[in-house]
Amino acid sequence: MAEQGLRKSTTGYLLLLPGLLWLVLFFVIPFYSLVAASLYDPAGSDFRGYQMTYHWQNYTDALRDYGKPEGWNHPFWLILAAVIGVAVTVGLLLRARRGTSQTHSVGSYVGYGFVGALVGMAVLYPIFKALFVGGAPMVLSPLLRSLLYGALATAFCLLLGYVLAYAIAFKSGRWKTLMLVLVIAPFFTSFLVRTLSWKLLLGDDSVITHVFQALHLIGSNGQLLYTPFAVIAGLTYNFLPFMVLPLFASLDKIDYRLIEASRDLYANPIVGFFKVTWPLSLPGVISGTLLTFIPAVGDYINAELLGSTNTRMIGSVIQSLFTDANDYPAASALSVMLMVLIVGMVLVYVRRAGTEELL
Amino acid sequence: MSKVAEEQEAAGPERGADASFDGLRMRGLTKEFASFTAVKDLDLDVPTGSFFALLGPSGCGKTTTLRMVAGLESPTAGTITLGGKDITRAKAYQRPVNTVFQSYALFPHLDIFENVAFGLRRRKTGDVDAEVKRMLDLVELESQARKKPAQLSGGQQQRVALARALINQPEVLLLDEPLGALDLKLRRSMQIELKRIQTEVGLTFIHVTHDQEEAMTMADTIAVMNAGVIEQMGAPAELYENPHTTFVANFLGQSNLIEGTIQKRDGDLVTVDMQGVGVSVPTHRTHADGDRGWVGIRPEKVLIGDEGEALDAPGNTIPGGVVTDVSFVGVSTQYLVRMPWGQELQVFEQNTGRRRIFRTGDKVELSWRPEYAFLLDHAQDAHAGAQLGDD
Repeated sequence: MAEQGLRKSTTGYLLLLPGLLWLVLFFVIPFYSLVAASLYDPAGSDFRGYQMTYHWQNYTDALRDYGKPEGWNHPFWLILAAVIGVAVTVGLLLRARRGTSQTHSVGSYVGYGFVGALVGMAVLYPIFKALFVGGAPMVLSPLLRSLLYGALATAFCLLLGYVLAYAIAFKSGRWKTLMLVLVIAPFFTSFLVRTLSWKLLLGDDSVITHVFQALHLIGSNGQLLYTPFAVIAGLTYNFLPFMVLPLFASLDKIDYRLIEASRDLYANPIVGFFKVTWPLSLPGVISGTLLTFIPAVGDYINAELLGSTNTRMIGSVIQSLFTDANDYPAASALSVMLMVLIVGMVLVYVRRAGTEELL
Repeated sequence: MSKVAEEQEAAGPERGADASFDGLRMRGLTKEFASFTAVKDLDLDVPTGSFFALLGPSGCGKTTTLRMVAGLESPTAGTITLGGKDITRAKAYQRPVNTVFQSYALFPHLDIFENVAFGLRRRKTGDVDAEVKRMLDLVELESQARKKPAQLSGGQQQRVALARALINQPEVLLLDEPLGALDLKLRRSMQIELKRIQTEVGLTFIHVTHDQEEAMTMADTIAVMNAGVIEQMGAPAELYENPHTTFVANFLGQSNLIEGTIQKRDGDLVTVDMQGVGVSVPTHRTHADGDRGWVGIRPEKVLIGDEGEALDAPGNTIPGGVVTDVSFVGVSTQYLVRMPWGQELQVFEQNTGRRRIFRTGDKVELSWRPEYAFLLDHAQDAHAGAQLGDD
């Protein structure tokens, strides 16, 4: 018996081995060298070589150069604290809402609302002040811009993707397979080619630009290309399938009889959606937003091809630091910070969204 | 109110313009799907406070009928009125009707308490906490209130589904094969439980099932449905003792159906030449039009005896049988007896201990009292509904 048990457990480890080796080779070792490089002496170069001096200042320098918005004279950590404060508050509010009758009284709602309002004001006031100093909009730093663009693209993906996934899951009938193939069809061509084609779509002589001009959404000589709009639209387009597929998987799994049961129990279609369909699709919403937000924040192709120097994202900064400026310490420090930031946000998000309570 | 009156007038006087009827009424209800008609021109009255069963094999249209009443399916034609109010086109969430689904359809993301509270919260009526506690108490699940449906057993889930529907005090409670997923023992106790609750709350229950035993145990009135139409409707005993069609005769219990030629219709007795043997059937148990018919007799009404043995059955005695199969089931013995014309008849004999058990090959005589026999239309298939009993 014991021998058999032993053999069983070693089989498990043996099966894990290829994956573990792969991770060690292609994740742990490069990550170690990335962290190491972020602490090199910034005075080093390709010719003279780099020295490990545990130069932690690389991080604060990178934050100063690429994290702080222009015209922002307070320390950068204030912004980070504000972002985290908003995230936590939103999470608390979500939690309070989901709790309904169980442990939360009216008093606790008031409490959460008060804290939320305080945090919100503390965050929004300086941002508004900074955004419109002397009537001129604030120029965001690449790091903050990446978070903002990533969040906006994720939000648009969620809006578009949810409708699409819902239609495929519940309304497409025998066209379901075809529609799913169409969702992933863009993957048959390269990411780069697809993004380049958006240059044509949004070019100064394109139909879309003319329509926007005719509708007075932009000036008569206004541009779409090289604007934040173009970058966010590109991000939304490129990451939409990553949102649709997990959403579809979640929605398709929902037993339609549950929706019928909600109707039977006096829930009209709108209430039924928010009380049954939406909560049951949350696993898809969470994985979809993660699969969209994480790569979108770090993406540089869209910002490079569809944007201008005013829409630079952190990905293109890192890329040019690595390949053009050969400033490995700064590039590594930025990469590590981006990683830590995203992991931190994801952790807060997943905990607050409460996946553990779903099913 | 005038609209209701118009509707009823439009339905026509021959369809019963009895405006005082305050139960659930279906008139000319039809549901056509792309490739077949599920329900054909159905007329049905379910009185308030009754326990009504819609019984039929799968695909007979009983679930479709239920879904039309619930508002989950819209009829192709016909009307549904409830308490004199036309609800044919009302949305499911506007009807005072609740359903206990076959799969229970409990919300997996909500706990038991919230599942039961769902309807009350939507309608924003009553003291939710107290009502839910009272209802969980009724189905004996108060200790499980904070569990998720997946943590409960099948029988407990079934009771949650029942509580979730009952708490809304619907005018009609629809039960779609609610016990189908339970094992036999649990099903028996739930049948009694359901019946008790129905008596207690006094609501109209419409119970859809393919299990004839379940329908007979629980319902006051059974409507047997087949191929989209109601074959026969009545009290369980009435349906069993005096079936009007071969389908009902075979689907509700078992029947021996023997071909015969009607010789004489005389007052309250019909004489039939059944394969050379003259038998009689009471006129009120005769449902055959032509000059031929199926003589029907339930296996437990058939008496079996040695050739020439005098049995307590004046009138119909059929000699020349040979026992071909004997199964001893404890409370009874079931025989298959081959008759001279080649047909095998079923006979159940109670094990009173006073009679000997026959063996295969024994020559026997069968007989039955005329008042237990029934006569069915020859145009109907003698095997209709026979294999559909319990699937």
